[in-house]
Parts: sequence; C-alpha cells; structure tokens
Amino acid sequence: MKQITSTNDFVIKFANVNGSGSASANELFARSILRMGVPVAPRNIFPSNIQGLPTWYEVRVTENGYQGRRGGVDLMVAMNPQTWDADIKEIEEGGYLFYDNTKPLPQSKFRADINVIGMPLTEICNATYTDPRQRQLFKNIVYVGALSALLDMDPNEIERLFSEQYKGKEALLQSNVKALRLGRDYAQQHLGGPIGLKIKRADNVGNKIFIDGNSAAALGAVYGGATVCAWYPITPSSSLAEAFIRYCQKHRVDPANSKNKFAIVQAEDELASIGMVIGASWNGARAFTATSGPGISLMTEFIGLAYFAEIPAVIVDVQRGGPSTGMPTRTQQSDVIACAYASHGDTKHVLLFPEDPTECFEFTAKAFDLAERLQTPIFLMTDLDIGMNTRLCAPFQWDDKQAYDRGKIMTSAMLDSGRDFGRYLDVDGDGITYRTYPGTHATRGGYFTRGTTKNRYAGYSETGPDYIDNVQRLLRKFDTAKKLVPAPLLYPAERPARFGAIFYGSTSPAMQEALDVLASRGVHVNALRVRAFPFQDEINDFVASHPWVFVIEQNRDAQLKTLLVNEAKINPSRLLSVLHYDGTPITARFIVDQISQHAAARTVVPLKKVVS
Amino acid sequence: MTYLAKPKLHHPDLPKNSVGHTRRDYEGRISTLCAGCGHDSISAAIIQACWETNIEPHKVAKLSGIGCSSKTPDYFLGNSHGFNSVHGRMPSVATGANLANRDLLYLGVSGDGDSASIGIGQFAHCMRRGVNMVYIVENNGVYGLTKGQFSATADKGSKSKRGIANSDEPIDMVGLALQLGASFVARSFSGDKQQLVPLIKAAIEHKGAAFIDVVSPCVAFNNHSGSTKSYDYVREHNEAVNRLDFISGRDEITTDYAPGTVTTVTQHDGSVLRLRKLDPEYDATDRLKAMDYIQQHHARGEVVTGLLYVDPESSDLHEHLNTVDAPLNRLTERELCPGAVALEKINASLR
Repeated sequence: MKQITSTNDFVIKFANVNGSGSASANELFARSILRMGVPVAPRNIFPSNIQGLPTWYEVRVTENGYQGRRGGVDLMVAMNPQTWDADIKEIEEGGYLFYDNTKPLPQSKFRADINVIGMPLTEICNATYTDPRQRQLFKNIVYVGALSALLDMDPNEIERLFSEQYKGKEALLQSNVKALRLGRDYAQQHLGGPIGLKIKRADNVGNKIFIDGNSAAALGAVYGGATVCAWYPITPSSSLAEAFIRYCQKHRVDPANSKNKFAIVQAEDELASIGMVIGASWNGARAFTATSGPGISLMTEFIGLAYFAEIPAVIVDVQRGGPSTGMPTRTQQSDVIACAYASHGDTKHVLLFPEDPTECFEFTAKAFDLAERLQTPIFLMTDLDIGMNTRLCAPFQWDDKQAYDRGKIMTSAMLDSGRDFGRYLDVDGDGITYRTYPGTHATRGGYFTRGTTKNRYAGYSETGPDYIDNVQRLLRKFDTAKKLVPAPLLYPAERPARFGAIFYGSTSPAMQEALDVLASRGVHVNALRVRAFPFQDEINDFVASHPWVFVIEQNRDAQLKTLLVNEAKINPSRLLSVLHYDGTPITARFIVDQISQHAAARTVVPLKKVVS
Repeated sequence: MTYLAKPKLHHPDLPKNSVGHTRRDYEGRISTLCAGCGHDSISAAIIQACWETNIEPHKVAKLSGIGCSSKTPDYFLGNSHGFNSVHGRMPSVATGANLANRDLLYLGVSGDGDSASIGIGQFAHCMRRGVNMVYIVENNGVYGLTKGQFSATADKGSKSKRGIANSDEPIDMVGLALQLGASFVARSFSGDKQQLVPLIKAAIEHKGAAFIDVVSPCVAFNNHSGSTKSYDYVREHNEAVNRLDFISGRDEITTDYAPGTVTTVTQHDGSVLRLRKLDPEYDATDRLKAMDYIQQHHARGEVVTGLLYVDPESSDLHEHLNTVDAPLNRLTERELCPGAVALEKINASLR
C-alpha cells in the first residue's frame, strides 16, 4: 500500500470532542514542533458550543513557513466517534489514521487505501488512572506522546514546554511527563516506530513569534494608548477584550498605588459599547470596542453619528460568517461593505486590513492615531482565521521615540491667543478641523456636539448650503485619509506577468503560497495587497497595468471588488473574482485552481497587445 | 419661545458666586420650546442650582438623547460642552465620557420617550453601574416632537388630547431607579422650583448615579383634563414627603426645628442634606420602604415627590473600576505605553 512520506511538510488533523481538554494538548503538540525549528500553521475548527460537539485542530507542518491552510489531511488523529466517517474520508490516499482501538471497529469503518494505526488509549488510561477526569485529560497527553514517537520528534522539547508551563507546580509537571512517556513508550514498543511522516530539526522559525490575532490586537491597543474599552461578548471577538484585560492588568497598573490606568466595561449590548467609546473619545480618551458582524449592525446608528459629528472611535471587527447568526465560529471577509458604509445617509469609513497578528498589533496601535487625526471611526477588519488561531509571524516592534498623534486639538493657550475656533471650520484645507476637549477654557472653545446639521461654528442649522459645505468637507477629509492609511504592498512576479491579483487580510498567507505554486507552473502573477480603504492611486495604476486582475476574497458577493468599482472607479470588466466563502479559511490549492482555470480560458492575447 | 436675542450686556452689580460668575453666566441660548413648557422651568432650575453650587460652567458636560427634553442642554450653560447624542443612548455616551475624565460634572438630560422606551435598557444599566452623574428625566408622558403620542410613562387610563385612553401600564422611572441601585433618587415637579433647585444641588454633590424624575407638563399635547401629567393634576395630587435644604461642606445647622421634623444626612464628601419631613413616617435612607411607599401612593393616584432615597455611603463606577485619580484623557504615552523593552520581553515569551 502507498505510504505518504514527507519530512516537515504535511497536515495532521485532530478530531476531538469539545470540552474534553484536547485543545491544550494539541497546542502543546504544535508548539513542540516549533521548538524543533520547524514552522507550523495550526487552526481551530470549532462549533458554537461549550461541551460535547465535534471540534478539530489542524496542524500544517510547513518547513517553508506557509501559514495558509493547505487542505487535505495526511494524518488524522480520530478521537471523536461522532465524526468518524467524515474524518476517515478526508484522509489523503496513502495517509495515516491514528485512533483509539480499545473497542474494536468493523472493517467497514476503515478505508483500504490508508494506513491504520490503532492504540488502546482508553484502556491504557483506565489502567493507569482512577479519577475519571484524569483518565479523560491524560488521554490527550498520551496520544501526543505516541505521536512524538510516530513522527520521530524530540521528546525533550515537549518536556521542556511542560516545565515552562508548570513552573512551580511540580505535581502537575510530573503527571504530565508521566503521561507523555506512557504514550511514547507504548508507541515505540507496539506500533512499529516512526511512520512516513517525520519532523526533522530545522532552523526555519528564526525570531518569529507564535500568537493569535486577537491577543495581538489587544496588545496593540495597550501600546496605542487605549484607556477605555467597552465591549459586549460575541464570538469571535470576545478573546480580544479579554486579552486587553489581561495585558492591562500586567502593564497598566500604577505600581505606586495599584490603581488602574484603564477602564474596561462589559456593556449591556453593542449599542452601549459604541456609545461609551464615542463618549470617551469625545472627551479626549483613546477608546475602542471589539465586535463581530452582528455587533456592527447594532452599532450602525452610532457609527453614523461619529462620522457626522466627527468623533474618533476604534472598532475592531473580527469577522465571521454571516448574515444573521450565520456561521459564528467560521471565518469570512463579509463585513467589508457593511463597515465601509455603516450608517444611514451618505457615509464612508476608514478600514484597515491586517494580514496577520503582527499587523493586528501594528494597525490597532496606529488606528488610535488615525482616529484622532481624522476624528472619525476607524475599523480594523480582522477575522476569525487571524483572530482566533495562533499564527507564526514576525515579532512586534515599537519605536519608543514615536509620540501619539493626538490630532488637531485646540488648547486653552491657543484659545487665549485669539485663535478663531470653529469646530467644523477647515483652516488647513485638509478637511480636518480643530476640536476642544470639554472643560478646556472658561469662556471659549465650548461647543455643542450633535447629529443634526450644523454650520462651521457648530451652530444648529437646517439649511442646504451648510449641509453641503459640511459633507463636501467630509469628502476632503476622506481624501486626506488616503495619505495616512497603510499603502498597498506590491508582490511583483519574477517574470513579466499578464495577470494581476488583488487580495487583502487573512487571504495573505494562502495567496503568497499560491503565487509560488503558480509561478512554478509557469503562470506569473503580480500581486497587490490592499491594506486600507480609502484606496490609494497605486491601486488604479496596478489595475491599469494588467489586462486582467483577480480579486481574491472570502465572501460571496465580491465586496472589495464592489468597493473598488464604486470608489476607485475601476472598470469592473477588468476584474475577475475568486471567491471562497464556505467558512473555512481560503487555501492556496483553491486559489491556484481558480486562477489556473481563468488563465487557461484567457490564453488569447488581449486586443490591446495585438494592436500595439 | 421668543425670537428676541438675549442681551449680552449685564448689569455690573449682578451678584456673583464664589467662583466669580453671575447667574447669567450659566445661561444658554434662547429656548425654542413652546411657551409655558415645563422643560424651560427645569433649565432655569439647573442654571440656579449650578450657580448656587459654585460650579465653573465649563467644568460641566451636558449630555442628552433625542426629543424636546434633549434639546434643552442648548438652553443652559452656554460655555459648557454639550452632546446631543442618539435617541435613548445618552447614558452610554455619558458613561464613556465620565470614564475619560472623572473631574467634570456630568449632567444628563433626557425625556420619558428617550429613557423609558427606546433607552430604558441604557437607563437601567447606567443606574446599576453607578455612573457619577446627575440624570434628569423631564417627564411629560407624551412624545412632543412627534406631536402627542403616548409615552411609556403615561398612566393607564389617562387620556390623550384627542380623548383616547391609554391602555398600557405606566413605567415608573423612580421605582426602576430604586430597584436598579441608584444611590440618589428624587422626584419633583417643574412647577415647584423651591423643591427642584435644592434637589438638583444635592444631586450634583452626590457621588454616584443621582436620578431625578421631574414631572414636566407638555403644554401643547398633554395639559388637558384627563391627563395625569398636566399642571392642574400634578398640583392637586403632589404628595411631597420632604423639603430639602442642601448644605455644601460641613456647615453647622443653626436653624431650630420642632424635634422629629428634621433629618440630616451627611454624604461621603461631608455635604449635608437637611430634610424637613412633611410625612413624619418617611425615611429617605431606606430603599425598600421607599419603594413600598411610592407604590402604595401611586396606587392612590398620588405623585410622591421629594428626596425619595439617598445612600450616604454611595460609590461610583470609577471606584468600582479602581481607576487612577488623574483623568484618563490626560495620560500620555509616558504613562500608557509599556515601551520597546517590555515588548521584546513579550516577544520572547511567544517563542
């Protein structure tokens, strides 16, 4: 029978029951591979449930560091009878099945073209432990021990991780090491030693860090100077606010008096969360909220107020599958339009598209500068794939010399010097006006903030010219934003390319891999990663220099393409959509397949080239 | 309502308070509400109370939602920052603003449509969190700006201007505030300035969520017979439990009263509330009895007014969150950013 053989390049998937303690064991497994210098890209695939439903953890071992999901499974660790049939089906031909054979299964439950490795995990644990909870929990560690033998891993790395994790908790450390050795010894004695899939020590991890995007964004908020966070629990964003709480407790408590340099409120709903953010920002604090699509829908009225009354706000949207409750534990990029135009009336918002946790950190910190400089809501458009999966990425960086950009603030001294203060008076021509913090000056600089139309001096107005003056200035301000938001990044092909590809956000790792694969097959594609809205002119130039441009997105309706056509005035016939929206993260295989098909259909030389 | 501009020249001998301001310094723009509107009397009471408590006008943030009442912050404290936010959402904006700068006075003005219907959720959570603010509901039982629909505080059986009887049970904002943990709860009447001004002054000094429900008749849509929020009805059915003298600081009480008729409540900051009892049975520091008393009187069609409940040991959201004494909006990167060295340590812990 065929046996897949591969070193440092394969996919192993754990099929578990949620609430069984498998998550920490699986992550331990992934981390121990990293410690051997071999990059991994793990992903949680979990239900909207706390206990008893199927959950999966997929680890892509990838020596060349591709962080996208590959697709397909080379080794299935099948620990969940509920999903057995589907799990078996997913294994590649010649792949491996590792399962608990304590209870015999009929031959019909297996496939002839896969390699089956059974180990009596339940029996071993029942014989070793008396406590039912321990029997369950240590079963996970026992299979990690067995896998370490099967994949020829260095067990010392796992034991080192244990000793870091259980520092000072000797009993826990010993019992975990014992379970690990139990599994490893059994595998070595009874399962015939290493299989075709191997982990070999390498040096490809470098100084990279391993973190999820939600934690990274939360840390970005700490570094960016957020002092007020108001949030309402919603998957997949809750862990962001919770990480912010943890980081603040560690880094933002005044050592002199143990008081907090932060205020975090779990609000009664998303309407209140954004209301608190707007109130705090209006009053000069840096404030943010984290939510997902349904929360954005609820916040929309307030977001319109913040746009029109020009109040800073940072909103992290960890996107999931929608509409409605949709797929709350799956990933999509399907809030692009909802966020770009959130509100009734003519409205446009600044969006940032981070590709990974590194950019989640960087862009979140930057979002506070942008929000205060532009005096408008800034959306960080992350998603479940980035937010809730631990990712290997570049280390965070911070320049201590950089000061926060608090934007145009008219101070008491400026008011005293006789400066003309009009809250909505554009003195610099960039569409951005001066604001005062409440309480600044005894007699000057006070103004009334409202959602109704107003004149340049914040006076109530219902006249057409005042309205037009105001909304035209808001367009000027949006134009100014182009120069401040992160520019698109070009990934040029090594050879002249007829095709261009535009992508953004969590599609990035799969796209980078797809570009390599396509190049190796002779399809050369120039790629441009869009990192923000409003769109800069580089995007138009990029499209103009290619007959066809693919726009790769993780939604059904080609939302970024719509925005490109609408806002950058790009001819839609030049844009070819590649859309992935089943809730799983997009894969390089999918992109390669789609682009190859399009490319094959367009081997005809375009008319423009024939003529010239 | 008037279109005449307010004169800006003041008489030089106008009395000044201890921070050097005349009463007129606390005024705002000319009201655009209907002549005789109860809300304008409340604005006047706010002006009086702020002047008498010697608050610097710019140290007040005025917040409101949407509706007639929510327009009023434009008509007082013209030098203060105001925020006319979203319908029913003033409490969340006030909460956020308060978190950003604990040093200002937060004055929330709302109506019964704003706070008892669309915003009842935010009202409830603002009370239970103990946001340090004065929360005034100008309660007239109707939607004025949209021309006379019943609001959620309209009494069951009360009639609209067109003679239609309201069939829904009313929401009692005072009862809710008490149940939700507000640490200062009062009810007053826009037509009784003597009662209202000291209540606002005491609410200003109170630490925590101070709620005042002010029955404020709508002359355009709810001042007819059959209404329970008309001037006539409230005057006839007003059941004041006490009259309040508010004394800032630890002033000695010198006036003599008959024994048993006066209670003094000393608040956390040393300010003294002197309550002249009108009902000798009423105890304004007993939350449960207050709830019971108000319900019983409401059942008899009476409008209980006065300082209904005060917790002298109250605390506020900042205390619960253990925030630093400096306003959060004044902290800079020096206090807030952990810096590059700490970040390198974090990086190392993630490998």
